[in-house]
Amino acid sequence: MRKVSAVNLAAIAVGIAFLYLPIVILVIYSFNASRLVAVWGGWSTRWYGELMSDVPILDAAFISIRLALVSASAATILGTLAALALARFGRFRGRLLFAAMIYAPLVMPEVITGLSLLLLFVAVAADRGFWTVAIAHTTMAMCFVTVIVQSRLVGFDISLEEAAMDLGATPLATFFAVTLPLILPAVAAAWMLAFALSLDDLVIASFTTGPGATTLPIRIYSEVRLGVKPEMNAVCSIMVGVVGVAVIAASLLAKLSGGERAARAQP
Amino acid sequence: MRRNQPRSLWQSLVVRIPYAWLAALFVLPFLIVLKISLSQSAIARPPYTPVFDLAAGWHGIRAFFAALSFDNYVLIGSDPIYVLSYLKSVEIAAFSTLILLLVGYPIAYAIARTPRRWQAVLIVLTVLPFWTSLLIRIYAWMNILQRDGPLNQLLVALSIVKEPPVWLSTNTAIFIGVVYSYLPFMVLPLYATLEKLDESLLEAAADLGCPRWKIFWQVTLPLSSSGVIAGALLCFIPIVGEFVIPDLLGGSRSPMIGQTIWMEFFGNKDWPAAAAVAVVLVCLLVAPILVYQHRAMRAVERD
Amino acid sequence: MQSAGSKRGFAPWADPGAWPLLRVEGLSKRFGGFTAVNHLSLDVYEGEFFALLGPSGCGKTTLLRMIAGFERPNTGRIMLDGVDLSPVPPYRRPVNMMFQSYALFPHLNVEANVAFGLRQEGLAKLEIARRVADMLALVKLDSFGRRKPHELSGGQRQRVALARSLVKRPRLLLLDEPMAALDKKLRGETRFELMELQRRLGLTFVIVTHDQSEAMTVADRIAVMDQGRLMQVAPPAEIYEQPNSCWVADFVGDVNLFEGRLGDDGLSVEGTAAGTLRVAAKSPAEPGQVVWVAVRPEKLRIAREQPSAGLDNSVAATVLDIGYLGDSSLYKLRIRDGSQVKAAVANIGGRAAAAPAVDQQVWLSWPPEAAIVLTR
Repeated sequence: MRKVSAVNLAAIAVGIAFLYLPIVILVIYSFNASRLVAVWGGWSTRWYGELMSDVPILDAAFISIRLALVSASAATILGTLAALALARFGRFRGRLLFAAMIYAPLVMPEVITGLSLLLLFVAVAADRGFWTVAIAHTTMAMCFVTVIVQSRLVGFDISLEEAAMDLGATPLATFFAVTLPLILPAVAAAWMLAFALSLDDLVIASFTTGPGATTLPIRIYSEVRLGVKPEMNAVCSIMVGVVGVAVIAASLLAKLSGGERAARAQP
Repeated sequence: MRRNQPRSLWQSLVVRIPYAWLAALFVLPFLIVLKISLSQSAIARPPYTPVFDLAAGWHGIRAFFAALSFDNYVLIGSDPIYVLSYLKSVEIAAFSTLILLLVGYPIAYAIARTPRRWQAVLIVLTVLPFWTSLLIRIYAWMNILQRDGPLNQLLVALSIVKEPPVWLSTNTAIFIGVVYSYLPFMVLPLYATLEKLDESLLEAAADLGCPRWKIFWQVTLPLSSSGVIAGALLCFIPIVGEFVIPDLLGGSRSPMIGQTIWMEFFGNKDWPAAAAVAVVLVCLLVAPILVYQHRAMRAVERD
Repeated sequence: MQSAGSKRGFAPWADPGAWPLLRVEGLSKRFGGFTAVNHLSLDVYEGEFFALLGPSGCGKTTLLRMIAGFERPNTGRIMLDGVDLSPVPPYRRPVNMMFQSYALFPHLNVEANVAFGLRQEGLAKLEIARRVADMLALVKLDSFGRRKPHELSGGQRQRVALARSLVKRPRLLLLDEPMAALDKKLRGETRFELMELQRRLGLTFVIVTHDQSEAMTVADRIAVMDQGRLMQVAPPAEIYEQPNSCWVADFVGDVNLFEGRLGDDGLSVEGTAAGTLRVAAKSPAEPGQVVWVAVRPEKLRIAREQPSAGLDNSVAATVLDIGYLGDSSLYKLRIRDGSQVKAAVANIGGRAAAAPAVDQQVWLSWPPEAAIVLTR
């Protein structure tokens, strides 16, 4: 058993505190009864109550969730196909360009992705709204899906697929009977990431959205640009809570169902 | 070993569907940006000329090309607003990448040195904040950095300062926000290489008489250089084009390039100028993106 | 050294009228600039236990994967029961493979792994259950059906892999280093189980191995491969006693080689490091041609005194080193021109006090019929 030195322990403690303290403070302030940040007015759920009657925020939340569901699912399918192509089909023609199109969007500044997608939608005279944002989010998220699923595919023993075919399974049957069950933890993780990316995105959505499709981040952004607002503390705390519970539940689920196998699939 | 069997229809679809999707929604938009950056701003819908119109036939196409110009690029080169915002973006990205390395390396190193059971938990803890929205995390810092926010309250209470300093709308706030938001992106690749580092190498170095600080410089750091480069690229490239952080924490007096594009687009409605600024930004980032891409591809496929 | 007692007289390859089950014709496979299999032809007969033996990288696994359908040959063809397999994808070939890694599906339990192939055929549930149960009984895993692969020992996993590939009753079973992952003792037992199973089911096995004692034990015939070519195809005893080249003699077991020129009578080899050597069988080589006399170490006798002049070959030597192996001792000796010779002596009488010691002068001798003449 390795001993953890005091310096290392301090580095970890400071790092974790730095990462979590701002969020903890945000959550605490969301329960501040006072409208002023400087004044602690006692614990209260007042801002959560006011939120429940804030129709624009609720509408935006509903749109964002629908958007995340649609784009995460589409991105997972497209991204998994791309991962299969990269990991299993060897050196097909145009593979280098294909790989470039997968890896570039991962680091491409969002302003550029958003701007270029908007100009495309304008060029083809598409009505901007829910579906243009969904397409944009799908494109951005599928690249993350591909990288996660691809690393799982590369990591697993290809002779498992060969064994299935040797035993008489067609390529399609092999995919559903052997490949998919084995990459499922990675596919699930990728779907969750895609969901979170879509739910979080402000920049790309701002460029590609249209009337009637104001997402939650766009709504929050327009509210907080001008300063801190206690209602926004409450919205943000709820989102933090939902994400936290979802991530912890998912990792517990993966542990229970897949055990060691699922753990290895985590990127 | 790669199979080279003839592909069935469904197998070729596996390649073609995502290929076509990315070609249509990643490459094509880029070409359109390039084209619009060569157009003129106009008060119309869409707000630029010329508009590509195939119905006008060969003549129309010739007229179209004749109307393209480099005016927007000349504008970018001559107007200090653009030049300054490029410089500021690169400067902020470079400095914050350096800070991230200095902050992230000890954390990654410490995590890699803890017992195996803890490592997974600590990595999850490091990545978890990334799952919440960037907007929320930056908003959390707006709370903290306000004039009468908790940070200044603490500083005044501890008598470190007499007058509460101004944090928001300064570069310091941008640095804090960037380091906070990108820390997981720096720690993860560093941890991935440090975790693979064979401890017997460190023991061998010690056995050969190398003092501990020297071991770090001569063994640990060189062996983790791939993680350092990966982390630096993974942070530097997106930070250059960052919008949310400088917009909420920094001021609007000297904008970063992401803000400039946003302003040209939403504020001034000058689409050709926004497109030209974007094209120059991509050119600026092309080299680091290519290096990053090459390394990421190799890393995934070697795995 | 005939391997299978009950198969005495089984030699379809010697019968010119027999049809091979598997015929490989002029098969080549290149990976980039590297030729893994080089214009190779081969016949395997029904009911045969056939071994492909060779050093790593000799192309034996590539050959096996081409038969299974995972690699496409550049030239040549593979016929099974007279039918060309080239256009047949792996999942339609009546051939099954046991993978070196076993390739057990980690998400399926033992039963489901074994049933996998039968499900692909769309057999009735009852029929599948019956055949899986029979097969698990055959490999003595009846009570392990519900376990996942990671809950099994190495030996049990190996038997699941075997059961999974056997349950489809393939025309031909391919085994890629099936015992490489087992420990030494288990490997020894498994060899005999494998032979027993093959005989009972009357199937045709092609096994790939780099372990010569494994190939010798299990196989009816061995094909020795090197650099993508077949060096010799013959029953184990023939490979050992009558290798057709220095390379085969050296690869299969230990050998002492003496280079010289064939004498005019064809029964002696002149000018070797050990002088003129007599051999028993007439060599097909021309007198005066460069040949090699090959003698296995265990066929040499070591004596302190010079043997009485007879037909036996003898040479004076100095003991350099003695390796004690338990059942035998391996002597390293130097003969008069400085070249080294190996001799193996069975330890029959325990550590006999009479055994020669290092640096002692001894005499090596062997009868002419213990050696053979090789021309390449």
